[in-house]
Formats: sequence, C-alpha cells, structure tokens
Amino acid sequence: MPLVSLKINGLKHKIELEPNVTLLDALRERLGLTGTKKGCDFGQCGACTVLIDGRRVLACLTLAMMHKEAEITTIEGVAVAGRLHSLQTAFIEHDAFQCGFCTPGQIMSALGVVQEGHAKTDDEIREAMSGNICRCGAYTNILAAVREEVTRASV
Amino acid sequence: MQAFELLTARKTDDALALIAQYEGAAFIAGGTTVVDLMKCGVTLPPVLIDINGLPFGEIDANEERIRIGALVRNSDVAYDRNVVHRLPMLSKAFLSGASGQLRNMATVGGNLLQRTRCPYFRDPASRCNKREPGTGCDAFEGIHRGHAILGTSNHCIATHPSDAAVALIALDAVVELAAPGGTRRVPIEEFYIVPGATPSIENVLLKGELITAVEIPLGAAQRNATYLKVRDRASYEFALVAVAAGLEFDGGTITQARLALGGVGAIPWRVRGAEQVLAGKKAGPQAFKEAAEAALEGAIPRRDNAFKVELAKRAVVRALETVVRER
Repeated sequence: MPLVSLKINGLKHKIELEPNVTLLDALRERLGLTGTKKGCDFGQCGACTVLIDGRRVLACLTLAMMHKEAEITTIEGVAVAGRLHSLQTAFIEHDAFQCGFCTPGQIMSALGVVQEGHAKTDDEIREAMSGNICRCGAYTNILAAVREEVTRASV
Repeated sequence: MQAFELLTARKTDDALALIAQYEGAAFIAGGTTVVDLMKCGVTLPPVLIDINGLPFGEIDANEERIRIGALVRNSDVAYDRNVVHRLPMLSKAFLSGASGQLRNMATVGGNLLQRTRCPYFRDPASRCNKREPGTGCDAFEGIHRGHAILGTSNHCIATHPSDAAVALIALDAVVELAAPGGTRRVPIEEFYIVPGATPSIENVLLKGELITAVEIPLGAAQRNATYLKVRDRASYEFALVAVAAGLEFDGGTITQARLALGGVGAIPWRVRGAEQVLAGKKAGPQAFKEAAEAALEGAIPRRDNAFKVELAKRAVVRALETVVRER
C-alpha cells in the first residue's frame, strides 16, 4: 500500500492509503479526524465540506491521494489555540444548530463563502449556502450567523 | 468503491499514452461525476488517470472569442470578468448548477461529459439501455416526471443534466479535443448524439480522446443574453426546464436570436426553428409566443412530464422578455 503524505490543519500526516479512499474516509477512518461528517457520501448534503487550498469542496467526492501537495483545513483546524473563530462564536450566539451534525460542514462552507466574497445579501447567502442541508431546519439561524460573519469580513 | 489503480499524468502526451495503454481506463479531473458514479456502481474503471496537472486551467479572451481550458473549475468560469460581461448566459448557467462546493471542484470538460440523473441509470438494479445496452428502460413506465420530452427515443428518455452545455450550445461553442494523432475541433452542436437505438453513445468523443478547451465566439447576441432555470427548489436542483436566450437588435427589430433548452432534452437542445421565427421580427409578445411554439415542436411528453411542454413555452417567453428588459 502506498505511503501518502497529507497536510491537514498545518500538520503533515504520513498514512498508508489505497487509491479508492476518499478524503472523507481518510480523515475519519485513518486519521481520527471525525469532525468532518459523513451524511450522504454522494455529494448531496454538504456535511463533509472541507477547505482545500482555501476553497470549499466535498471530501466525499474526492480521492485522498489526489491531494498530496494540498493544504487541507477541517473543522478541527478552525479554532486557533483554543480560541473559537468568530464564525463559530456566531453559530453559538445565533443558536444556528439543533442536532449539530451538519454544523461542521455549514461552518466550513460559510468560511468558503466569506473568502469567495460574492454573497452579501440574505438571498445571496442562502444561494451560496444551498449545498449544505440541515435536517433540523435551523436555516434561519444559520443565515443569521453567516450574515454576521459576512458583514464583519466586509467592514 | 471498488479497487482501482490511480495514475498521474503530468503532460498531455502522457495522459493520452496512459489512456491508450489501459483497457477501460478513465480520466479524472474534478471527480464529482466519476467518483459519484463509481460509488453507485454505474462505472467501474480499473484505472483512473489524474489529469489535474495538465496545462488546461486558463481562460484566455480577445476581441473575437473566449477560450476556456477544460480544467477550469465551474466557479472560476462563472466569476471570470470577461465571461460575466460578454457571455452572461454562460456565467448564469454555471452559477445555477450544483452547489458552491461542487462548482469549486467540477471542471468545464467534466461538465460537458456529466451523465444523466435518471434514477434508473444510477441504480444498477434497474433496467437501463444507457448503462447496460439492450436491457430495457424502467423509466418508460416508472417515475419520469423529470425526464426528457425532446430528442428521446423508444430506448431512452433520460434528460441531459448540464446547465452550462445548454448555454454553450446556444453560443456556438467549439469543443477542442486531443488524441495521439493530433487535435480536432468539434462544434458543440455536433458533439452530442441523441439516444436513438444506442443510448449508451452520448457524444462523438472517440476512445482515448481528451477535451482540452471550449472556445466561444463573441457578439451582440451573446452579450444581450440570459439563462433562466425553472426547478422544484430555488437552488441546488436540476432543471425541470431551462432556457438559454440571446438576442441582437436593430432598434426594436431582432436581427439574430440564440435559443436553447435544458431540462427537456435528451441532449442540450438548440432550437434553430424558433431562432428563425424571431429573426427579422419586432421584439414583443407575439414573436416570443410564436418562438415558444416553434421551440417545443416535436415534443413527446409522457404520463408524468407533460407539464414540461407548457412550462417550457412560458419559460421561453419569460427568458426573451428578460433579455429585452435587461438590454
């Protein structure tokens, strides 16, 4: 089995990987980084959203071995030295989740939305976040949390 | 997912040599279709060739045309300044497809080759002439609300899922292909093949060929244009009906029209008859209604998808009205 080096949240990990292991399974099953969630595993729910070189993508639809040279950021890498990111704080303050299963994907996706810089209005944020499904239906509060971060980032 | 070998191509020649060397091998770029269909068990390539390192990641524009490399991601096309201003229907089409995450992954080349979302195609337990030629079609008597009404056959009623390809066909894009013998250019209207008796053959791409770019000529009807997508949800959903429309005017008279339909065709559906109806006419409800009738000529609805005929006609009118209003 080939030994593959993956850079996740600034740390290099050397792991044995078969080609058919998705980035999602590599994170969860091989590296114990279970913050990234497996919802549908078919690219339809957004629960597995991570950043690759700063861009939000779906970890379930990409092969881990294809990202040997990339900077991968998961939900575990968002808080720095125990201090929550302002977006994470906004999710807590706005009560933007119920069961919490989709939350890591929502937060990673929203970080991507802020960095992309195309969504400003509520409608644009809803559209930009449409790839993240929340079965509890916490959308109103998710929108409020993301809006707060978008506003903060554009000041 | 079944086991396979993953190879990496650094140069175009290497990619073409590798695909010729391994029987049943497939290219992988964004992976959003390939990995998905491998998980469904619809495609089982023994070898994947990673082509992300090839030099097809640029958009190049001049006065006459915009050339988009096959590896440019959907989101990067959609937000490209030249595409937004000179080919707005293409930007809108890309932005109406999939989700933000998928658009960051999926490439232009892969978008052209994405497979139908027909649930019977995606389920290896169902009969499907596209997936397994000669087995039959469970969509015919099954649930086919989302299925095609134009360009279908007795063997297949699957809808082509791409939004971008609908805009590209209205824009007269040319698809550039590379093979070991050299390159060739195929107008996108000749790229797709209607299902007929062989629904498994979807385009003219030959075994071992690779899409390297699409090139789009520029003009007024490409600039005065829009893409209208009608679907069950406001976002992150495939089209029930989509319209790519572009008009060139001389005063209030239409001198050139570009019109294509999505969500209703077995392939991205250019409606040249409707374009001819519009040419030379005064822009307005009468001409738009006539064009809508012409656009749906030959439609063959089935039990669940008959609503698409009227929906598509109204969408054509609305798209054309939008082009006039935003002119």
